[in-house]
Amino acid sequence: MSLRESASQVGGERLGHTPLIELRGLKKHFPVTRGIVLQRKVGAVHAVDGIDLAVYPGETVGLVGETGCGKSTTARLILRLLNATAGQILFDGTDITKWSRRKLLPVRREMQMIFQDPYASLNPRKSIGSIIADPIRIHRTLHKGKIKGEVQDLMERVGLNPEHYNRYPHEFSGGQRQRIGVARALALRPRLIVADEPVSALDVSVQAQVLNLLADLQDEFNLTYIFIAHDLSVVKHMSDRVAVMYLGKIAEIARGEDLYAHPKHPYSGALLSAVPIPDPSLASKRNRIVLEGDVPSPIDPPSGCRFHPRCPQTRAIASAQLGTGETVHPRCRDEDPELTPHRPGQVAACHFPLSDTQGGAASP
Amino acid sequence: MAQPLLEVRDLRVHFETHDGLVKAVDGLSFKVMPGERLGVVGESGSGKSVTFMTVMGLVTRKLATIEGEVLFKGESLLDRSQDEYRQVRGKGMGMVFQDPMTSLHPFYKVGDQIAEAVLAHEKIGKRAARERAVEMLRKVGIPRPDARAKQYPHEFSGGMRQRAMIAMSLVLNPDLLIADEPTTALDVTVQAQILDLIDRLRDEFDAAVVLITHDLGVVAEHTDRVQVMYAGRIVEDGTREHVYHGAHHPYTWGLLQSISRLDEKVERLRPIKGQPPSLIFVPPGCSFHPRCPYAFEPCPRDEPPLVEEEYGHRAACHLSVEDKKRIFERDVVVRA
Repeated sequence: MSLRESASQVGGERLGHTPLIELRGLKKHFPVTRGIVLQRKVGAVHAVDGIDLAVYPGETVGLVGETGCGKSTTARLILRLLNATAGQILFDGTDITKWSRRKLLPVRREMQMIFQDPYASLNPRKSIGSIIADPIRIHRTLHKGKIKGEVQDLMERVGLNPEHYNRYPHEFSGGQRQRIGVARALALRPRLIVADEPVSALDVSVQAQVLNLLADLQDEFNLTYIFIAHDLSVVKHMSDRVAVMYLGKIAEIARGEDLYAHPKHPYSGALLSAVPIPDPSLASKRNRIVLEGDVPSPIDPPSGCRFHPRCPQTRAIASAQLGTGETVHPRCRDEDPELTPHRPGQVAACHFPLSDTQGGAASP
Repeated sequence: MAQPLLEVRDLRVHFETHDGLVKAVDGLSFKVMPGERLGVVGESGSGKSVTFMTVMGLVTRKLATIEGEVLFKGESLLDRSQDEYRQVRGKGMGMVFQDPMTSLHPFYKVGDQIAEAVLAHEKIGKRAARERAVEMLRKVGIPRPDARAKQYPHEFSGGMRQRAMIAMSLVLNPDLLIADEPTTALDVTVQAQILDLIDRLRDEFDAAVVLITHDLGVVAEHTDRVQVMYAGRIVEDGTREHVYHGAHHPYTWGLLQSISRLDEKVERLRPIKGQPPSLIFVPPGCSFHPRCPYAFEPCPRDEPPLVEEEYGHRAACHLSVEDKKRIFERDVVVRA
């Protein structure tokens, strides 16, 4: 059994294996200031507000959620591109949360990132060869004379023509540029790759090419992926486990199939039911939960469970238990729910989780 | 048969650029019937936006060489002056664009921008126009519409802005609403709200809706008929059942196979090889032939005409109908 299969089979909770990345109570608050000179702090954006997540070697964990839910901030915290406000980041069992730049250097070799916008993430004045070679030069992992051969080898691996070594980014299409980004991320043979919306800027027919490439490379190099996207179908396709985020917190973690067939958190249920499925015969049968309103501001997130002002479940429970007119159950308003296990590999943070028959987005 | 609301006949829109002639739209014919929901699918550069910008009169002869005919309720539009065009467009068609931030004016209050549309086309006082704007904001589900009408676009969230755009395009009660990627910039939950809103308003205002998108899921759930575009041409056109359950063009097959679906588990996606062609050097014959796994001898030579193969189902491909049915059953359906 490959590492990847065994990781997904037990839903990641493998005893005896150290997670490659572990987040413990991770928080990132951005200060909101007023005034130009004194810059008084008047509040904070709770971008990431207490996340616990373990990613095991060889698995792919998907992060999904709406704009502003903190998924990209989480990615940047993991790579130490941002400093955490509180909590811990463990890489291969070692706490790296407070490490200095210099101390981090060898760890940085092990984790790389693929960015969303293939137009903005490549320096237009550098040739492809030198863009891909940069990480190798910075970390001095190879002798100078060997760099060119290695870069051309990488280009071939990701499906680029090695003869295009001296070309510039503007000569490539979006899909090819994303392949360049992938080659650069691979140059140091990392163990972890964080891909932040790697295909959302690409056309449908090209998206599939890049997704297949990422899957092949994972098998070939034994990579661990943290895969961030707002497109749930893409995340479910790529990931062994999916973590659903809402307003800086994790609402639910589950294997993709479980999440689709029986989501536990009402927000996961609503999110899944909002994804259109390309099959007209299913379209009319689906049970759609359309959420009202917008995501609240992360500057002043709602008390208790953050989802309670929009939650259809708490409304149903409250009016059934407390009489009509009640829209929120007091527990949801006052008590912040913890992530609790429901089935192997599935945890959800909800006081009144959906039943197995209730939530399935496909259920008629 | 009833008169089509919109009829486009052999439309060609070519742009002169430094690099050569860009054939953005190259021989397009289709109809939109009153009250119909048409989905237009294609990748970037397939000409879907340019087609409908031309229909709206936003791409003019000053910018491009335009040939062919655009008939709205039987009247030809292309030869009209800007002023005459504005008369037809204002009351007849509304358009919602992809990016609600850049299509609303940042310096004017949202309510005033909507009222401006009313004032331009109806003999009505300013106060009455403003009331119409507020009423319209209420219809698109904006809470406290009277207060919201006095706010500026930056005070609205993305979904709210798109609602305001829809309010603006429907305030004159048009017969045709063109929505160009109306939800691409929005989150899925907001996307669902907006698409449901468009469906509801279509029933209320009895308008035809053209939904331009690259998302095959959106099309499956919110349209009746689907038109697939590739390199400035229509390659397939049929009811959504035709297109999803019995597509007749290899490009449509490729699209259906290359998307990951939430309701299915596939080990591997099957992408279309290569990339969309440059519109300056469009491949000869069938423009899809370099990427088509089923291409045979006539494909690089002859351009396949768009022919009706079943009632209401057109496709432009040299393969015989029997072959297409066989290939669809064998290669495309297997995943389901």
